[in-house]
Amino acid sequence: MSRETLEYHWGKHHRTYVENLNHQIVGTELDQMTLEDLILASYNRGNILPPFNNAAQIWNHEFFWESMKPGGGGKPSGYLLELIKRDFGNFEALVKELKSAASSQFGSGWAWLVYKANRLDVGNAVNPRLQEEDKKLVVVKSPNAVNPLVWDYSPLLTIDVWEHAYYIDFQNRRADYITIFMEKLVSWEVVSLRLELAKARASEREREEERRKREEEDGYSAGSEAVEMYLESETDESEPEAE
Amino acid sequence: MALRTLVARKSLGNLGLGFRQLRGLQTYSLPDLPYDYGALEPAISGEIMQLHHQKHHQAYVTNYNKALEQLDAATAKGDSHTVAKLLSALKFNGGGHINHSIFWKNLAPVKEGGGEPPHGSLGWAIDNHFGSMEVLVQKMNTEGAALQGSGWVWLGVDKELKTLVVQTTENQDPLVSKGANLVPLLGIDVWEHAYYLQYKNVRPDYLKNIWKVINWKFAGEVYKKECP
Repeated sequence: MSRETLEYHWGKHHRTYVENLNHQIVGTELDQMTLEDLILASYNRGNILPPFNNAAQIWNHEFFWESMKPGGGGKPSGYLLELIKRDFGNFEALVKELKSAASSQFGSGWAWLVYKANRLDVGNAVNPRLQEEDKKLVVVKSPNAVNPLVWDYSPLLTIDVWEHAYYIDFQNRRADYITIFMEKLVSWEVVSLRLELAKARASEREREEERRKREEEDGYSAGSEAVEMYLESETDESEPEAE
Repeated sequence: MALRTLVARKSLGNLGLGFRQLRGLQTYSLPDLPYDYGALEPAISGEIMQLHHQKHHQAYVTNYNKALEQLDAATAKGDSHTVAKLLSALKFNGGGHINHSIFWKNLAPVKEGGGEPPHGSLGWAIDNHFGSMEVLVQKMNTEGAALQGSGWVWLGVDKELKTLVVQTTENQDPLVSKGANLVPLLGIDVWEHAYYLQYKNVRPDYLKNIWKVINWKFAGEVYKKECP
């Protein structure tokens, strides 16, 4: 990835998203939110509001820069590699799927490796009986500024496939850009770190769900005692239906 | 630097999209550019024109033909599953071929009338509907610059209502996807590949400059046909 590309991509495109978002939110309540909260709020379940494009693109580009390092590439290791083997078969299969997603994202967008937990494979359903195998690595792609945060996934790795990401260095040859990214740029250490964080987040969320469920049950049983008392007095006074 | 025009395969039939029949199977081919790659400079560089035509448009044509071939095979077998899967590929690549075929005709070198404002009925209709040419250009530039991601900004005519419209479409969606009665008069490609090597991230500069090579003659002819 050439210096010239980075000068424009980071120095102009990314910078412009930051400047534009600041203009949009200064003096509003949006200014108080974290970037991720702002993204979710302005995604508005798909009915996208104006700050979304800038906010999401800021997040996406930061995530993208951190997904790379000089002298990157190679192979992942440790727990990350274990999950890759479990969910894709082997590393080569993952690379193939990432390349395919990145190439087939039509128009502008992003390809992602994500950690998916607490979800069934359908839309926005919630898995009531979460098993270890339901928490898995998945490759997804998204258009324009959309990112997997809005689907409640934990992103681990991304590749920018807007044309501005590769046009100076590769012109129309997106496939070559993707190959170079995988072979020379991707930082598997960062991906592993993100996976650890994602797992921790998922466990924390599970613990909270259980806490909340227990609290609900406690509250419910206190209420049902009151109902029983009411019924006892009822039956004392009620007369059986004659007809 | 003058660059030679691409010599496309000869096409039988005359649908303006380079359509020919071979063993009963439809195939499309890349239309010739009516001018040299460098002829639109300095508004659009020869490098961009060559890549845009020889690589991007060609890829749409190639992939469109491939998808049509697969569609043919799937419908013959009654394989609806495959037909459904092919729909997006047909829309992307077919739309890409349609849109770019119009785009090359929307442009002309200055010495062949590029940039010359429309006379006749279209000029009058623009003044009538928008107030002036400047207002129309401003509107299209604003919409084109604001378009997120990839797409097109169009001047079209509603052939039923006989009114002019400015519309944007995303990705390679053709104008007709915004209304069955809409006929494109003029489309400006705002995919980054259309301007990046020359204008980088400054899409507004590209939009400002492209008007110097817009071929209003073609737009006027289409308009006269729909609104005689």
